[in-house]
Amino acid sequence: MRLFLLALLAKEPAHGYELKQALEQIFGSAYPSPNIGQIYVTLGRLEKDGLVRAVDVEQSNRPNKKVYYLTAAGREALDAWADEPTEGPRVRDEFFMKLVLAPMTGVADRMALINRQRRHYLSIMRDLNGLAERTAPEDRVALLLIEGAMLHLQADLDWLERCQEDLS
Amino acid sequence: MRADPVVTTVNLVKIYQNGGVPVPAVRGVDLRVERGEFVAIMGPSGSGKSTLIHMLGGLDPRTSGEIWLDGKRADTLGESAWALLRRKKIGFVFQFFNLVANMTVADNVELPALLAGASPREARERRERLLDALGLTGCADAAPAQLAGGEQQRVALARALANRPSLLLADEPTGNLDSRNTRDVLKLLGEVHRDGQTIIMVTHDARVASLADRVVSLLDGQIVDDGAVAAPRRRPRGTAGDVVELRG
Ligand SMILES: Nc1ncnc2c1ncn2[C@@H]1O[C@H](COP(=O)(O)OP(=O)(O)OP(=O)(O)O)[C@@H](O)[C@H]1O
Ligand SMILES: [Mg+2]
Repeated sequence: MRLFLLALLAKEPAHGYELKQALEQIFGSAYPSPNIGQIYVTLGRLEKDGLVRAVDVEQSNRPNKKVYYLTAAGREALDAWADEPTEGPRVRDEFFMKLVLAPMTGVADRMALINRQRRHYLSIMRDLNGLAERTAPEDRVALLLIEGAMLHLQADLDWLERCQEDLS
Repeated sequence: MRADPVVTTVNLVKIYQNGGVPVPAVRGVDLRVERGEFVAIMGPSGSGKSTLIHMLGGLDPRTSGEIWLDGKRADTLGESAWALLRRKKIGFVFQFFNLVANMTVADNVELPALLAGASPREARERRERLLDALGLTGCADAAPAQLAGGEQQRVALARALANRPSLLLADEPTGNLDSRNTRDVLKLLGEVHRDGQTIIMVTHDARVASLADRVVSLLDGQIVDDGAVAAPRRRPRGTAGDVVELRG
């Protein structure tokens, strides 16, 4: 969440609650709504690292609120983040380890493992289908996230098929 | 008495001859599909999916074993009897479309309905509805060759559904589609399924397969798995944000 908050602060200084609202507004149902405590903890750490700074703003008949803004170091960190390629998803290797190791130890049969895993993936896919149906067409960001999850799942299934061909 | 299964195969075998070398493509398949079921067939390339579904539609003769459709023996039928059967109750979507090249899209789709005895008006209305559901209204007067692969594929699906077949056999009907077109196809298939038509569909597309009642997995011409897709195990009212956790 560190970098998301830095990105939002690059746009304009904001206090914690405004950041929470901005995240909710941009990502809609695509992102689990962040909890405000988590945002304050993260802001505190960013401040300690010198990436943001806070000023107290007086409010009439309310306690002061802290408005955060990006420092030069924060700007640099944000630029570095934007410039570097993002780590791709890793192959989910726990299942693969199981697949390779289980038959050796006699714990399970490979074909049974693969079949069970396929059914599991397909049932997740069914969930995603339902989710896509319930998501409003205007919620582009959420729909793209769901589509991304579906494409990853498809790749997992294709890979499972390759394992079945080559290992059985 | 229970209704007969729509499809039953008993130890179904297909061995092609490739320059004198026998190529076993389907090796002893026992399959039983009940009325109204939606069955997806998955499996690697060369595992025998097309061969199996072609045999079920009488498009490729079996080497040995039995095929029963609606409780009647079908593998012993001759070509013309199969043709009649297809006209009356089977819609077939080929992996490589097989549209009639010198007929318009509209005529391609209307033809099976006309052959099955629909009036020209019924055939036209049904064609209009199907093309509309698949986002193809603008293509009605085009020749198949003028269309993109994904469009031809949807025309092939419309054609297969034109005579309201009680059994739809489809070989990779979404193989050439992007996700928006796949969504249209899924929606139409959902309607077809709800109408009680039986669907047997070969697919690599997990999205399509996940909507089936049952998934049959083939490997080297044999069924290695056959079972229902489990109902969602999470709470029903998730948001897309849950996808993040789902993948975690
Ligand atoms: N007409 C044919 N003559 C000889 N061999 C054939 C013929 N048709 C298919 N085969 C062989 O039979 C096997 C099964 O082929 P089939 O087309 O049924 O596979 P498939 O599962 O549909 O594959 P794909 O996913 O690539 O469509 C393959 O080894 C294929 O080479
Ligand atoms: Mg095939």
